[in-house]
Amino acid sequence: MNAFQVLKAGLFTAVQDSGRFGYLNYGVPISGAMDAFSLVVANSLVANDENSACLETTIIGPELQALGRTQIAITGGACSPKINGHSIPMWQTVAAEEGDVISFGRMDSGCRAYVAMRGGIDSPVLLGSRSTYVRGGFGGIDGRQLKAGDLIKGFPSSHLRVDYQIPEELIPLFTDRFSIHVVLGPQADMFTKSGTEALLSGQYRVTLDADRMGYRLEGPTIEHKEKAEIVSDALLPGSIQVPKNGKPIVMMKDAQTTGGYPKIAVAITPDLDLLGQARPDDEMQFFKTTVKQAHERIRQRHDLLSHLSLRLMKDSG
Amino acid sequence: MKAESHAPTRYLPSGDRALLVEFGDTINSVTNLRVIALAKAMTKAAIKEVEEIVPTYRSLLVRYNPLETTYEQLVFRIKDIERTVGKKDVQDKGQRIVVPVVYGGEFGPDLGYVARHSRLTEEQVALLHCSREYRVYMIGFVPGFPYLGEVADEIATPRLETPRLKVPAGSVGIAERQTGIYPCEAPGGWRIIGRTPLVLFNPLQQPPTPLKAGDTIEFKPILAVEFEALAKAGIGITGYGR
Repeated sequence: MNAFQVLKAGLFTAVQDSGRFGYLNYGVPISGAMDAFSLVVANSLVANDENSACLETTIIGPELQALGRTQIAITGGACSPKINGHSIPMWQTVAAEEGDVISFGRMDSGCRAYVAMRGGIDSPVLLGSRSTYVRGGFGGIDGRQLKAGDLIKGFPSSHLRVDYQIPEELIPLFTDRFSIHVVLGPQADMFTKSGTEALLSGQYRVTLDADRMGYRLEGPTIEHKEKAEIVSDALLPGSIQVPKNGKPIVMMKDAQTTGGYPKIAVAITPDLDLLGQARPDDEMQFFKTTVKQAHERIRQRHDLLSHLSLRLMKDSG
Repeated sequence: MKAESHAPTRYLPSGDRALLVEFGDTINSVTNLRVIALAKAMTKAAIKEVEEIVPTYRSLLVRYNPLETTYEQLVFRIKDIERTVGKKDVQDKGQRIVVPVVYGGEFGPDLGYVARHSRLTEEQVALLHCSREYRVYMIGFVPGFPYLGEVADEIATPRLETPRLKVPAGSVGIAERQTGIYPCEAPGGWRIIGRTPLVLFNPLQQPPTPLKAGDTIEFKPILAVEFEALAKAGIGITGYGR
């Protein structure tokens, strides 16, 4: 059977795919992998559809026992994965035999790792996605993080005859300092000039109040012109809200769909994946960019990922 | 009658894959009607680069695929659609839904506070709350939470200073002149005056809630015994009657 038994759950491990799209107007957040790049690469390395569901681990990984022969790929934060106590590489295909125990060491860099199993995780699709939305109590395994004893089933699939890996230079290196590019707005005009300058020149630190919904940041106060509230409007992951205290909150994948604090800026999509690897005490700095430049970055990354899967396909021939 | 004139619509980037069409910055039905009229016209136009749209009190968020369009091209196309939205389109009342509510007691722990704040009796507050129609301005905060407006001035009450960690599913609350219904247990700071036994949100159903921005809701007071019976039956929000 292509499945894993969860022996230990880890700190916060849950099923995530690329996200739940098309339900924001019903108040349903996008959810999905906090670092979508790593999810896509993990899936590609076991020749899954790039949006297949994986396990997303957080700082302390789970312990999983293979109930049959399968193949996995682990990407994301450097998490020292092991099979039966022996180190295995990340960012490449790894075979697991029946009875093998996959465990994780310390997360040396980054915050979240992705475990793709060949075929993808077969959990129910709710509103078009397998992603777990814990606050809403649906998706993934019963709408919650994993616990010991859970069974993670994969779709039946053939064993790949070759192992894939991605070129070393494409493996992202996470440190405890992040450079995040943002597009100013939609409510940047509600902040003073020095407020905007504070955001774009200050160092901000992720506080302990950081989860899949969002991160509260500590750093230079961002000054509003007058009001620190708006009549609620819609927001997306990456939005940087600033409440009355002037301390920014970066909204992440499980963010509520509407909010009443002015948004000074929104992180660009490729850098949102980086943000997904930040953890409490990490530092970040924000850089202003334009929608046009952001689109260029999105296109480059799209091309990179399409060529990546092409290269993997060729190797198998 | 004077012809209504609106401030020009504002188009604002919201990151690299969404834009906001902003019609105003206050809560009022005219602005919200315009938002919903554009949302409908956008749905009809089915622009392929547009991935989804989110109507709110006063603006429409448009999430798009940046590999398929530039910001400027998309703004141009939406402005075209905006021009086709006529007066008639901005009058739609949506579906009419009756929501039964038990006011006060364990179901509405803040009814007493709202009454004192309003210098009214609990009965008067409940009566004022259930004797008008409310517009669903938008759905947000948690899945299926309808933002309704507006309550009578007399019973408008500020939020709790410290939000509760758990508000039970079905709770009906007031926050200033807004009222709303918690679809699931959630933390919240609204003043809870009652509870409905109806089910607002079900992720197993498509769509997960039949409520939409633009619908009209009326509350009907019921007794606790009726609550139990309805709760057991697990009736959806539109299943009680119209």
